[in-house]
Amino acid sequence: MSQVKSSGFTKQMARNMFYGGSVFFILVFVGLILDSERKIPFRSNAEAITPAVINGKKLWETRNCIGCHTLLGEGAYFAPELGNVYQRRGGDFIKAWIKAQPTHTPGRRQMPQFDFTETQLDDLVEFLRWTNGVNTEKWPPNIEG
Amino acid sequence: MKATTLKYASQSVSKYYFVAALALFTAQIVFGLALGLQYVMGDFLFPYIPFNQARMVHTNLLIVWLLFGFMGAAYFMVPEESETALYSPLLAMVLFWVFLAAGALTIVGYLVVPYAKLAELTGNDLLQTMGREFLEQPLPTKVGIVIVALGFLFNISMTVLKGRKTSISLVLLMGLWGLALMFLFSFVNPHNLVRDKMYWWFVVHLWVEGTWELILGSLLAFVLIKTTGVDREVIDKWLYVIIAMALITGILGTGHHFFFIGMPGYWLWVGSIFSAMEPIPFFMMTVFAFNMVQRRRRNHPNQAALLWAVGCSVVGFLGAGLWGFMHTLSAINYYTHGTQITAAHGHLAFYGAYVLVVIAIISYAMPQLRGREANSHRAQRVEMWSFWIMTIGMGVMVLALTGAGILQVWLQRLPTSGALSFMATQDQLTFFYWLRIAGGVGFLVGLLTYLSSFFVGEGSAEDEAAGVGMMPARA
Repeated sequence: MSQVKSSGFTKQMARNMFYGGSVFFILVFVGLILDSERKIPFRSNAEAITPAVINGKKLWETRNCIGCHTLLGEGAYFAPELGNVYQRRGGDFIKAWIKAQPTHTPGRRQMPQFDFTETQLDDLVEFLRWTNGVNTEKWPPNIEG
Repeated sequence: MKATTLKYASQSVSKYYFVAALALFTAQIVFGLALGLQYVMGDFLFPYIPFNQARMVHTNLLIVWLLFGFMGAAYFMVPEESETALYSPLLAMVLFWVFLAAGALTIVGYLVVPYAKLAELTGNDLLQTMGREFLEQPLPTKVGIVIVALGFLFNISMTVLKGRKTSISLVLLMGLWGLALMFLFSFVNPHNLVRDKMYWWFVVHLWVEGTWELILGSLLAFVLIKTTGVDREVIDKWLYVIIAMALITGILGTGHHFFFIGMPGYWLWVGSIFSAMEPIPFFMMTVFAFNMVQRRRRNHPNQAALLWAVGCSVVGFLGAGLWGFMHTLSAINYYTHGTQITAAHGHLAFYGAYVLVVIAIISYAMPQLRGREANSHRAQRVEMWSFWIMTIGMGVMVLALTGAGILQVWLQRLPTSGALSFMATQDQLTFFYWLRIAGGVGFLVGLLTYLSSFFVGEGSAEDEAAGVGMMPARA
């Protein structure tokens, strides 16, 4: 059993601190997550998630866009932030840009050609447009993302 | 060097896991160098291996080899801690080959099949989980990971249940069960990107800044007990305090990822406050390691293992603690979020905390798995050199990425008007990116040096006797 030494702080107390602290903060975390779940629909304009947005997200995922780009600051840091690209470039530019890849400019970073159909391009733009509308606490600091 | 046999023959399964871990680690670094080159020569390897594929391979290999390392560590430690043979060595071997085959197939899949095609072939439409950072694995791989994890946990838990229950094995078990539990959130991918990201962090953050820290603490405590001979009661107390602080700060510290992804504004406060305290457990780990070394009751012949363990506690603090703290406050993160600062922190934290702890346990266990208490003095010297070469290589890389990140923030994020575009900024960072490659090459040299230490035999007799703090060979 516990050898209560004169130093006072025992292994038992350390263990209780671990279990008690963990359980307490897990409960607080779960509470905050539940509250966040209630607020996300408003902050993300969830009713604007159309089938096109859903398909756009799927295209975003299955082409591994996150392997080069960031989206709301998360992903790889090899290519531009796309969370606000709709605002920065507009839908037509986005479509034209994707269609024009790769640029084959020597030495420049290259983006693959994905051979999207026109509908798929529209869906991707819809996804990026919806993403641009998420309340991100005014991030990024400027239009360049 | 004194010949020893393992306490339990079944511990020997861990050798397979350690060898696989180191092989995959080496592959990870090779892909890392390719990625570094792509930063300065944009069309390098294009269109054969575009950046996104190489990165996926780089990060997934990291995760897989660390998991191999954790599992190997558990198979080695748990029988010794529990004072009983492993429940089923056969199951451990079967799962080893299953995991290795699944891992290899997945990596090959990433490299030879276009990702969209891979998604189609592997039934991503049944349950869309692919295409999210670090969780790019096809559905069958994810399911395979769960099956391997369950089999592994069953094996380890049964071993603990039938034997002695120590704090170290208990904490290790909690960490491993937590790891498996949180991975289940990789199957959650809501259509709403904000919710998707929120649950994604349940895996990513609550792994590396939660459950993995329990594993880290447990491995570190094990190596320290064995190499310093300090009383278990003392070490256990430290372990519990460290992991208590890790979870008390780390769970709500998840909030530092919720600042700018559409989550409610209160996370700016919750995340800043709690993650600002996240360096505490790492600082305690450093104090813990040095304290135990100071109070050591024996000079274990394996001094290299002790160097890795102490190195882990220091570099872990620098990488996870200091480099994390640097950009964790929301007012600072507003400018640094998603820049090279993040990359700098990620690299040093993973290296310091997880790479080094796995090497520490490998360094401690491997000589015993090969039938001796410790490696020859000569081999240990090579190992210690490799620690310094790798650490300095990583240091150069991280300082270069930090420089790149600061300049990137200055040019692209801070200006309210006339900010440079992303690509124009990248052109300005070339010097730092070359420096990063130099660090990366150094790191690879260090790694190869480490691997070579496995093939260094005993030196001359005088050499052996001259070893500082080493026991003379008695065999």
